Amino acid sequence: MMAILKARLGGAPWLWSFLGAAAAWGATLIAAHGQGGGQILTAAFTFSAFTVLVSLGQMLVITTGPGNVDLSIPSVIALSGAVAMLTMNERPEMMLPGLVAAIAAGAAVGIANYGLIRLLRIPPIIATLSSSLVVTSIAITVGRGLTVKPPQLFADLVSFRFAGIPLLAVVALAAAVVVALTLERTVYGRSVSAIGQSRRVAQLAGLSVERTRLLTYLISGALAGLTGALIAGFSGGNALDQGQEYLLLTIAVVVIGGTAVSGGRASVPGVWGAALFMFLIVTMLNAAGTAPGLRTLLTGLIIIAVIAIGGGEKLRP
Amino acid sequence: MTSRRLLVLAERLLPALTLALLLAAIFHQQPRAMSYFGLNLLLNLAVPIVFATLAQMVVIAVNDLDLSIGAYVSLVACIGATLLVQTPWLGVLALLGAVVLYAAVGALIAWRGLPSIVVTLGLSFVWLGLAVTVLPTPGGHAPAWLATTMGWKPPLAPLALWIAAVVSLVGWFAVTRSSLGVVLRGAGGNARSVARAGWSLMAIRVAVYATAGILGLLSGLSLLGLTTSGDANIASRYTLISIASVILGGASFVGGRVFPVGAVLGAMTLTLAASFLTFMRISPDWQVGAQGLILIAVLAIRAVLARGKEAAP
Repeated sequence: MMAILKARLGGAPWLWSFLGAAAAWGATLIAAHGQGGGQILTAAFTFSAFTVLVSLGQMLVITTGPGNVDLSIPSVIALSGAVAMLTMNERPEMMLPGLVAAIAAGAAVGIANYGLIRLLRIPPIIATLSSSLVVTSIAITVGRGLTVKPPQLFADLVSFRFAGIPLLAVVALAAAVVVALTLERTVYGRSVSAIGQSRRVAQLAGLSVERTRLLTYLISGALAGLTGALIAGFSGGNALDQGQEYLLLTIAVVVIGGTAVSGGRASVPGVWGAALFMFLIVTMLNAAGTAPGLRTLLTGLIIIAVIAIGGGEKLRP
Repeated sequence: MTSRRLLVLAERLLPALTLALLLAAIFHQQPRAMSYFGLNLLLNLAVPIVFATLAQMVVIAVNDLDLSIGAYVSLVACIGATLLVQTPWLGVLALLGAVVLYAAVGALIAWRGLPSIVVTLGLSFVWLGLAVTVLPTPGGHAPAWLATTMGWKPPLAPLALWIAAVVSLVGWFAVTRSSLGVVLRGAGGNARSVARAGWSLMAIRVAVYATAGILGLLSGLSLLGLTTSGDANIASRYTLISIASVILGGASFVGGRVFPVGAVLGAMTLTLAASFLTFMRISPDWQVGAQGLILIAVLAIRAVLARGKEAAP
């Protein structure tokens, strides 16, 4: 029995993240004397939906090979939140244009990221770092320090839930399915993994390496753009620091979910499992009455422990 | 001199030229900045950034990346503003403990072959958590000796310039001229051959992270000496700035190619970028953006030079 379980887990590293999430939820229930399990799950699925949407892009980027990581995500979330709220300007009929504008802003940053990588021949970390500095300033200029409220309809939609199931979670689940199918079934998706395994071989095999990388950074930017609009809608308006936590969160979620940091192997279900895990860990520490400082400390230690136990592949930064 | 050697020379001088250009622009706008007092004001805050940059540089030298340095510098400042004043021996112990923890993380990364970027991201949470525990709300105050040291006005040039010069010299000697520096760069360039030559890659990583911890210590304490009070998020921006400074200084991201003098100049350039905007009457909203644009511009020039080198005979 144990042997079978072990073999199963070996083949699907992402199962660990779900087991971890379930354990954290169980521990929270014990700490709360069995109260509010359903509400905790609803909250977990709502907040994980944001994490999943933006982490799917980060996952594609990381899968394209060593050194590929998108550090511009927090700044894109700040920018697109402002763009979405300003475009909507509290008018419900501008909801769709606002969303499109936010996604376009994110995609534009993605294209710029790729342009820097290609033209300046610099590592993606440096390219996305430099662009994130510039995008942060653009976000400050666009937002002008004002918080614009979302149209009531938009705010209602992003926090809508049916029988405890948040609409956002359904959207994020659909996005995950689409990304999984893309990775499995399309030439683009296959190219992403192939480039991550060996860029040279992929090139020799006639795959269009450059177009794949461009698309990947574009998708990552667009997903961050969409997430920024949704977060602004959910939190009652745009704010500059709305994306801050997502730098750590996206990378941690992708890696804990079983995607290879060295590239070449993506794990879509793991993104969901790890996003739930990260949220429920914090909930669990909250329920146990941990002080804020200790909570942050323990979150860090848990991330390091998970990576140390599960990781162990040789790779570059 | 062949055109190829000229291009290599231009590449090596680029960090110094960037800084000189920026200083010239500032002096042009505000001639009064060209004085002991003016330079002191402009470059004061460069000191902690220089130390944080060198900490990042040793980590980058072995092909790792440290995303926790900003949080670590904040923690040091928080310990300095509380424990170090209230119970000095406990404060010293806490600071030493932080350095040991840094070294232990280096050991963990080497032992399990972990991606430094993810481990140090987790580590930044550990530092932040500790900082918030030590100092829950901004405050505390710097030990008197620290504030006096950072406020010292040495002859000829402001303290920041003296520190930058000494640190550059020591860094240049340690990295370029000493045998340890060769091992360090070797571990980044070709780890396998360094291991074959009998060096323990584990020991190298431990030494690198311990050095980063000590340099981070100097960064945090000098920052505290300047600001005189602590805050758990006081240096969170240092993480990105330190990486940018190392790259501005001419380092390539892989292969153990790092330049201490360039890194120090890079740190000073990025510190000055903020003041430059004030003098140009550009909105402070663009402070961060200007740093990004300078980085992109320098990288673009470097790309052009590299292409020229390929084409040159």
